[in-house]
Amino acid sequence: MATRPVAAGLHQLSDPGDAGLLTRLHIDAPLLAGLLLLCACGLVVLFSAMDRDLGGVERQLVRLTLAFALMFAVAQVPPYQLRRWSLPLYVLGVLMLVAVLLVGDVGKGAQRWLALGALRFQPSELLKLAVPMTVAWVLADRPLPPRLARVFAATLLILIPVVLIAKQPDLGTAILVAGAGITVLFIGGLSWRVILMVGAAAAALAPLLWFHMRDYQRQRVLTFLDPTSDPLGTGYHIIQSKIAIGSGGLHGKGWLNGTQSHLEFLPERHTDFIFAVIGEEFGLTGILVLLAIYLFIIYRGLRIAVQAPDTYGKLLAGGLSLVFFIYVFVNTGMVTGLLPVVGVPLPLISYGGTSMVTLMVGFGLLMGIQTHRK
Amino acid sequence: MRLDSILADRQREWRLVGARAIVAAVLVLAALSLVVVRLAHLQIADHEHFSVLSQDNRVKVQPVPPSRGLIYDAKGVVLADNHPSFSLEITVEKVENLSATIDALAAIIRVDDKDRERFKRLKGQRVRFQGVPLRLNLTPEEVARFSLDSYRFPGVDVRAELIRSYPHGELTAHVLGYVGRINQEEMDHIDTSAYAGTHFIGKGGVEKYHEGLLHGQAGYQQVEVNARGRVLRTLEAKSPVAGQDLHLFLDIALQRAATEALGDNRGAVVAIDPRTGGVLALVSKPSFDPNPFVEGIGSADYHALLYSPDKPLYNRAVRGQYPPGSTVKPFVGFAGLAAGVTNARKTTYCPGYYRLPGQSHSYRCWRRGGHGAVALEAALVQSCDVYFYVLAHELGIERLKDYLGGFGFGARTGIDVAGELSGLVPSREWKERVRKQLWYPGETLIVGIGQGAFLATPLQLAVATATLANRGHFFAPRVARAAQVPGAPRAQELPVFSRAIAAGDATQWDQLIHAMTQVVESPRGTAKGIRSRDYRIAGKTGTAQVFTLGKNQTYNAARLAETMRDHALFVAFAPADDPRIAVAVIVENGGHGGTVAAPVARKVMDAWLGGSTLIDDPGVADGD
Repeated sequence: MATRPVAAGLHQLSDPGDAGLLTRLHIDAPLLAGLLLLCACGLVVLFSAMDRDLGGVERQLVRLTLAFALMFAVAQVPPYQLRRWSLPLYVLGVLMLVAVLLVGDVGKGAQRWLALGALRFQPSELLKLAVPMTVAWVLADRPLPPRLARVFAATLLILIPVVLIAKQPDLGTAILVAGAGITVLFIGGLSWRVILMVGAAAAALAPLLWFHMRDYQRQRVLTFLDPTSDPLGTGYHIIQSKIAIGSGGLHGKGWLNGTQSHLEFLPERHTDFIFAVIGEEFGLTGILVLLAIYLFIIYRGLRIAVQAPDTYGKLLAGGLSLVFFIYVFVNTGMVTGLLPVVGVPLPLISYGGTSMVTLMVGFGLLMGIQTHRK
Repeated sequence: MRLDSILADRQREWRLVGARAIVAAVLVLAALSLVVVRLAHLQIADHEHFSVLSQDNRVKVQPVPPSRGLIYDAKGVVLADNHPSFSLEITVEKVENLSATIDALAAIIRVDDKDRERFKRLKGQRVRFQGVPLRLNLTPEEVARFSLDSYRFPGVDVRAELIRSYPHGELTAHVLGYVGRINQEEMDHIDTSAYAGTHFIGKGGVEKYHEGLLHGQAGYQQVEVNARGRVLRTLEAKSPVAGQDLHLFLDIALQRAATEALGDNRGAVVAIDPRTGGVLALVSKPSFDPNPFVEGIGSADYHALLYSPDKPLYNRAVRGQYPPGSTVKPFVGFAGLAAGVTNARKTTYCPGYYRLPGQSHSYRCWRRGGHGAVALEAALVQSCDVYFYVLAHELGIERLKDYLGGFGFGARTGIDVAGELSGLVPSREWKERVRKQLWYPGETLIVGIGQGAFLATPLQLAVATATLANRGHFFAPRVARAAQVPGAPRAQELPVFSRAIAAGDATQWDQLIHAMTQVVESPRGTAKGIRSRDYRIAGKTGTAQVFTLGKNQTYNAARLAETMRDHALFVAFAPADDPRIAVAVIVENGGHGGTVAAPVARKVMDAWLGGSTLIDDPGVADGD
């Protein structure tokens, strides 16, 4: 690796003396504040969405605490270390994905889980981090913007796990993993010509994709186009979710007063459709506050990317920030009926541990990139 | 210099990343703006629409059926009751695989072939989105067992409802009718909101006629439900108004006595209180048990009843139309007196036949040798046909029809039992209209002795007799006396319809009634066998030539011989000087009225007036 000595040299150029206490602990204060605010809001909403099940909120709190701890731990790792681990993590992740397809546990009609003793583990989560790391590693090796050969290499590295995950089938995670890689390419200066060409090709190949979809995936697309075509089946989710949001109005029905959620009309109300609960109980006002918090976190992530001292860190930070945005957009788009239903949770608000841990590790990486200045 | 170029590369790279970050930020803002626009659309522009949908989701209006009014007899004995029952209902429209669902249910609770068959039949008659019962009368244990598994059976519910029961069964089937499940045809004719939640409707008799009083008004409750349709709380409720209880004139003890008096014969008995028009007993034999009809009778049982040669489902008392025969003679006699065509002393010579002036055809008297010179009393006592031929001829068919109409013949009496038929008093106009033929004078003679096309129901005979006993005051017969709103201190009397027959002075009524007592009391009377020591009876016997009943039966020699026999009739009232009961009896294929029908009437009057039930040997009475 030709650039390593240079990177090390740049490290020595910076002055480590006047960093604050939080920086020395490798914590980015604005990002931490945004995340804490978001998680606090999330717990309040969750209490209502789980119908005052304090036990459920407690379990989520425990998970959040563990995830924050993990974030702090990850933040201690300097970016050059991450860079070294990129490829091995990626290879490990892909091997595990193959293993899942061969011997994985089946849950909800899809093979996603790998049992490691008592632990059940979703290798696709690892790829959400390993893919942007590896793409960043590939691109940072040579000056930006990347040459076409590198773009091809990176694309191949993205496609392998995405195809494996889509085969499980887990469309939501496949989109997020692909998004994580593509955003790194974008931040890395992928030429607009390539972007336009790929976009046009994708539009042309969309019909081909249709024939490779599973029945339930096709059904979701059809239902997205016309939810009333199957009001008691897959369209039910989206109809009830729109009713919940629409009936919330400007100011909402009030915390714990959502009839759609509390009377169980809204399915998946504490997981993928929790955004509709917010819309129903807190109205447009509440949603704008939530979106503002998300926006602040994304902004902070992009700022870290811009300010990062090395290319690898910049690319990784940009990719992680934008994949966080993809989470938000896909989930809110799905719940409001803008996008088809794909299983993507509302980040750090939806109940459940797997994606939350991955997200927090990602923020740990961001904090590490921000605070390991030389 | 290598470091310099690297640093230059770095700067260019970082500017590139910075620019891309700004583009990304712009894209992020644009995408989230799209979401916000969408939200504004849902939450502001379409807010009203979704508020309504959300309200519709959670609030359901459920009808609360009223409880049907009870029916009591004159002494307060319950004739129609409601008892609570749990049934298992399937809303066919909500169930995907019906047979699989029924099989799965059969694993939890008992479902036998009869249940399946009834379900299949009721399913065919159902109203859309109304539950069809699979099992009735679930035990509390079965209810509990189903409740545990109910989540597996969307569209299947346990329903608690009040089921009609008729404790006196066969005794009251014809007069009360019964209630049954509302079918699609009935659904088209009722106020569906008033019947929301009600599954039953009166199918005949008093139950059908007084449906409006008995049913009550449906209430409703607005309830909040969750997504699975479970009721969480009641938001608003309007209680149903229970149906009114009916208090009848009918006396179940007399009804039983009349039923027993008919024995195993086919026939009908109608007893009326002449002072009110109240129906004291209304019997049609054979009868049937109405209780299986309430929840839907099995088709084998139903067909057995429907195709029985004895026609047990046929209400002879109000739908049976028979030639009244000689029982019509007192009324024809009254017409003669009232019209001034005859008087008590005027005699007619009976040589055993009658010829119309200028015609050769002989109209026979039942006694071939003739009665000699007879006045009205003798003509009634011995039932002389020639006397009434002459009287009818002198009156003419139009006047005869008018007088008979005054007694209620030829029109529905207006009784509060559904399905009544009108009988027929033939006339010139009727014959030209219906048969497209001219009226012959000889037909007037036949009407005068209650034969030919003349038809009357047993009810009409009883009403006419009561009107005569009442000296011309006609009351429309009524089974129900009063209706009581539940909780009200007293029952409200139901309206009475009455009218007086024009003409007829007191002496004429006395003469007529006296003549009718002689039918029973005279040694030559046709009903002398039923004379009572306790009270005086005024009556008239009759014999009707057999007609349509049993026309389409399979050939059976013994049976045919019996069904070819004449019908025996008897009308009477008692006590003659202060009438408290008027009775009409018909015994199908019974033969002579005096020997078969009169003793039945006597037993009914005994039961009502408290007389001795010892009947003198009727012997072989003369005449009809």
